[in-house]
Amino acid sequence: MKKKRGADIVVDVLIHEGVDTVFGLPGGAIMEVYDALFDAPFRNILTRHEQAACHMADGYARATGKVGVVIATSGPGATNLVTGLATAYMDSIPLVAITGQVPRHYIGTDAFQEADVIGITRPITKHNFLVTDIKDLPLILRQAFYIARTGRPGPVLVDIPKDITQQVAEYYIPSDEEVKESLPGYNPHVEGNPVQIKKAAELIRKATRPVLYVGGGAILSGAAEEVTKLARLTKIPVTTTNMGKGAFPETDPLSLHMLGMHGTYYANMAVYHSDLLIAVGSRFDDRVTGKISEFAPEAKIIHIDIDPASISKTITVDVPIVGDVKNVLQKLIKELEEKPVEWVAARENWLKQIQEWKEKHPLSYRKSDKIIKPQYVIEEIYNITNGDAIISAGVGQHQMWAAMFYKYSYPRQFLNSGGLGTMGFGFPASVGAKIGRPEKTVFAIEGDGSFIMNIQDLATAVQYRVPVKIAIINNGFLGMVRQWQQFFYDSRYASVCLSVQPDFVKLAESFGAVGLRATKPSEVREVLAKAMEINDRPVLIDFVVDREENVLPMVPAGKSYRDMILTPKQKGEAETMYLVG
Amino acid sequence: MSEIKVLKERPQPEKKIGRHVITVKVQHNFGVLARITGLFAGRGYNIESLTVGRTHEPNIARITIVVEGDERVIEQIIKQLRKLIETLRVRNITDIPHIERELALIKIHTENDRTRDEIMRLVNIFRAKVVDVSTDTYTVEITGDEDKIEAFISLIKPFGIKEMARTGTLAMVRESATTKVIMGERFD
Repeated sequence: MKKKRGADIVVDVLIHEGVDTVFGLPGGAIMEVYDALFDAPFRNILTRHEQAACHMADGYARATGKVGVVIATSGPGATNLVTGLATAYMDSIPLVAITGQVPRHYIGTDAFQEADVIGITRPITKHNFLVTDIKDLPLILRQAFYIARTGRPGPVLVDIPKDITQQVAEYYIPSDEEVKESLPGYNPHVEGNPVQIKKAAELIRKATRPVLYVGGGAILSGAAEEVTKLARLTKIPVTTTNMGKGAFPETDPLSLHMLGMHGTYYANMAVYHSDLLIAVGSRFDDRVTGKISEFAPEAKIIHIDIDPASISKTITVDVPIVGDVKNVLQKLIKELEEKPVEWVAARENWLKQIQEWKEKHPLSYRKSDKIIKPQYVIEEIYNITNGDAIISAGVGQHQMWAAMFYKYSYPRQFLNSGGLGTMGFGFPASVGAKIGRPEKTVFAIEGDGSFIMNIQDLATAVQYRVPVKIAIINNGFLGMVRQWQQFFYDSRYASVCLSVQPDFVKLAESFGAVGLRATKPSEVREVLAKAMEINDRPVLIDFVVDREENVLPMVPAGKSYRDMILTPKQKGEAETMYLVG
Repeated sequence: MSEIKVLKERPQPEKKIGRHVITVKVQHNFGVLARITGLFAGRGYNIESLTVGRTHEPNIARITIVVEGDERVIEQIIKQLRKLIETLRVRNITDIPHIERELALIKIHTENDRTRDEIMRLVNIFRAKVVDVSTDTYTVEITGDEDKIEAFISLIKPFGIKEMARTGTLAMVRESATTKVIMGERFD
């Protein structure tokens, strides 16, 4: 057996797990690990803030499908990870966070830079560990990777006291078998129940108004191919959540785009009138369902999910199938192929109805040649990137426009904080994504309010020459809050006006990035073309847009699809609709 | 929009609140109890009682949780408990014949000989035990299910309770009864 320092054991396990990049920031309690990382044969990205490091590791994981790794020191270093971990936890993103802890004999003495990181991160990680004995270190680290990437993925934190990283001990790297055996209570259920799968197939054959409702689980399990195959085989229209974008090409005629609060009219109508809803790796989030009693009121529901706790949590399900989405869909498709029905004929009326809805209220906005409309910026980004870029969004209006007006055609193409709604996520996540997928054009679409929450890490992107494109949809407001205030608080704009903001162009330049600006619609294409030519550093484009543009359609929180707000100034619509403008 | 017609409402499950007894086997690791109580606190579930102790198997602890809630809440609690990495087994034994036991230590004021006699009589009837005596107190140890302990406390209260400590419920499925249930017989 080899004899090594704890810190070197950490690096050895990372190598064993195939890690090629780590993100983080050193400090007292983690210095030993950084000393070992100095010679490590993988990339080590120094960020300016641990939150950004966590989002970068997250963006890297979302874009590549691998486990992201983030490293931080004890106390404030570790507490700065909290938002990033909670973001990854809500969206089931596989991460391993390694934090330094004060030496064992100092734990509990309120030592310098001490915090109860295990206690703090317990509710926002899938699991966490405090290493109390160097003998356990290699096994715990391997368990962390195994737990992070299997079952319903999620972040796992390993807290290592400094004296353990310094201690020298004999060690070996435990085998996969040993890792599994050491976790007797952890057995993710991968295979779906065959009886339930048969039942689901029977419901699909009988349904006249079915809808596939696809969430992030389909992306995480790598089931995009199966989702597409199932939809095309059975001629079922597909709506995705914002986490499920790319699981089914939005350019396909069967695509209904996104559903829910800012879903399309036709997606929400289709779900509302459906007689069968097939939920695939989605969890009936309140941003999707709105008022529960009026969510798909006539539909039978099939729910495929790897997490049993997601099933019947908010909506009672008729056919629950616990299992890995990819695995279950493969069996379901086989089952359906064995006894097919005349799919095209069975769906004729339903698809005709959906086509009518699509024609009646397509995704649209009022165009202008005087002022830049945010939606126009997204459309132009779509055009100049041929729909092939990875888009990473912050949180707010710009996130919804990025979800609506860019058409996603492959999985892991749209990265955003769907569950936690973390402002400041988009830009650092785009850096992680570009590092993981250097061959792709990566656009961070950010709001001026969101971007400023992790602005410091422009330095990181410049230092490592990560050529991401940052498009700031700059309306000088915390736009989504302003929209809610306009709709539901009588236009009382309480604390939403960002009246002092930096000059983003100068700011980019001061960091060593390229800064561009567009203030007129005619300039949009030009600046985007310029941005596309720069490939050795980040480019920031400040799009000064219409200040009070709204994200529509919108289903107000807790309301039914029938209360959908469509477009401004649409008189003569049903009375249940809010008429705005 | 003519096609937005009011459809029937999605049926909502009934909310029947009941008392549930849940047993959990966990790996007896550092922090596992905090993980479980944190799960309850973080999700707003209300624990009536929680008891924990080691089992005969090394590194395995057993937890008995008594909780009130409707079916949906209880189902979520069980699923969330099962999700914890260190959880080995979770059972809702409410509807399975089982034994429930609680231990209470009660320090009772004894005014004179007559009250001492009275208290001793109650102690004998309840098969409790006096474990400490002073000039003006008896300390009684009593085990039994929640109802028995409640009954004893209500009878003893008039004498004056000076101090009391209760463990919370421990529960275990009756082996004999499960066999009978499988055979189709009811056990009472």
